[in-house]
Amino acid sequence: MGSSSLLNVSGLYKNFGGVQAIDDLNFEIAGGELLGMIGPNGSGKTTAVNLITGFVKPTEGEIRYRGKNITGWPPYKIVRIGIARTFQMVKPFYQLPAYKNMIIPLYSPRVKKIVGGKYGDRDAVALDLLEEVGFERDAFVAYKVASVLPQGYLKRLELAKAIALQPDLIILDELFSGLSLAEVASIVPIIEKLRQQGKTIIMIEHRLKELFRIADRIIALNFGQKIADGQATEVMDSQEVKNAYLGSE
Amino acid sequence: MQNAELNSSGFKKKRKERIDRGIKVRSSDVFALSSWREMLYLSAPRLLPIVGLLILSIVLSQYWQRVLLSVSVFALLAISWDILAQSGMVSLGQALFFGTGAYLAGNMNHYWGWPPYVTLPLATIFGGLLCTLFLIPVLRLRGIYFSMVTLVLPLMLVRIIEATKIFGGTEGLSGLDSLPNRWVEIYLVITVLLAALFGFRRLMNSDYGLVLKGINDNDRSVMNAGINIYWFKTQALFIAAAIGAFAGAFVTHVYMFVGMPVYALDYSILPIAAAVVGGMGTLAGSMLGAFILVPLSELLRGTGGLRIVFYGLFLVIFTVAVPEGIFHYIQRKYHQFERWVEVK
Repeated sequence: MGSSSLLNVSGLYKNFGGVQAIDDLNFEIAGGELLGMIGPNGSGKTTAVNLITGFVKPTEGEIRYRGKNITGWPPYKIVRIGIARTFQMVKPFYQLPAYKNMIIPLYSPRVKKIVGGKYGDRDAVALDLLEEVGFERDAFVAYKVASVLPQGYLKRLELAKAIALQPDLIILDELFSGLSLAEVASIVPIIEKLRQQGKTIIMIEHRLKELFRIADRIIALNFGQKIADGQATEVMDSQEVKNAYLGSE
Repeated sequence: MQNAELNSSGFKKKRKERIDRGIKVRSSDVFALSSWREMLYLSAPRLLPIVGLLILSIVLSQYWQRVLLSVSVFALLAISWDILAQSGMVSLGQALFFGTGAYLAGNMNHYWGWPPYVTLPLATIFGGLLCTLFLIPVLRLRGIYFSMVTLVLPLMLVRIIEATKIFGGTEGLSGLDSLPNRWVEIYLVITVLLAALFGFRRLMNSDYGLVLKGINDNDRSVMNAGINIYWFKTQALFIAAAIGAFAGAFVTHVYMFVGMPVYALDYSILPIAAAVVGGMGTLAGSMLGAFILVPLSELLRGTGGLRIVFYGLFLVIFTVAVPEGIFHYIQRKYHQFERWVEVK
């Protein structure tokens, strides 16, 4: 295949001092697709994301983005070519107000390049972006220091920081974890909107029900290997996936 | 219930209420310049260091003018330390910057005969570059690891100078050119200090400074925003090193001597103490700290051998009484007013 896919991962291995975190992982994602990635704890989902985004260097294997080999690139370079991610453990700048958190991605070379020179008033852009992900303007939540914000808002902030980078591929690492049903329900439309804008999305999720409703395709990992790839129903019917989640007898 | 509101002497119970002053300049860029009172409220804290330093430079005796030079030098080192700390680099080796600047100026003057007005700017720029080059290999280290390297480097350099006898070895270089007169000395250092204070405060409050502070807060997150944190750290390092190098070059020409003491631990530790006592993260606090600690050290000269004991005692008192830093405390009090209100 190759040329039609946006991201192509082939023969990827990662070894953490004897632990085979990723073991011959192969998958690809087409432009505009929403790929769900599932698997039990410790199956290598987050490591896969860290490898793609450059936070961890692979032991072996190749990652191609738009046909370009990006294996081993530093994270900031990978962001510049259009891949943004969120962290499972939110990483806000705790001492700064929420909207000031947004200034840092808005200051990045990628955004400068897209917008062309100066952004104008970054504060105003930051507030607009935050409103998009559900920081109500009237409630002044956006002006609150990140350290006092509840988990739901921190997750939204994390998402907004990724969106601010105007990426083509967004990787959401357990965006829904720790959120209430209502909070998840309010974030789903934001993701739908991103899809309408033509963004490609990889979602790592434990909240399978919510994920299956929006994902085009699911891949399942276990012990760093891909054990299933296909439609949600197919993946859930796979004996290997059942064994991975429930244990085989 | 009625009794609860009355205290023993029969008056109504009151409590202190703290209210932020009404001018909202701190939260937005729109300045409310509608009255002289408000303009004074805004400009007074900024005018205070300028006017204060000018008055001090005139009224002080010649001895205390020398102390003011020393204070300003340590204030520059403290500002330099503060910029690094705000960018996530805790330096234990301000002496590296200071000494490198001092030796550069001394050598340029001694071997090539260049006058101070050439050596000062050159030592500032090349001292900054040289120190940045020294520290680039350890820029990837975080926290205590970076600090350890900065602590060791000046101590190593001083031994190299001792062993190889370069730059005058243990004797140092003496008989260097001085600045024209003491007024040039004092106004030069005051100008640079004020420029550094206001200039870099402005820089740290800009979006650029926000990125630097972000690196301190969470470097992975800044990296994840497509920003090369090592490049930004390098820039912050250059700025801080250049400030320190200027201080060193300046002192070389004031004392007309440069030698191994410029790499002494004093120049590393005192700026940190100043920043802690004055309040980190504002630059103004670090400067204030230097303006308290250095004269204090002079005043304690009379106590002889117990000087360091009293000095240490004061340090403990300051940090226990005002752990946030004196500047932060004053700033908070300035922006709030208190009034007594009845407890309902």
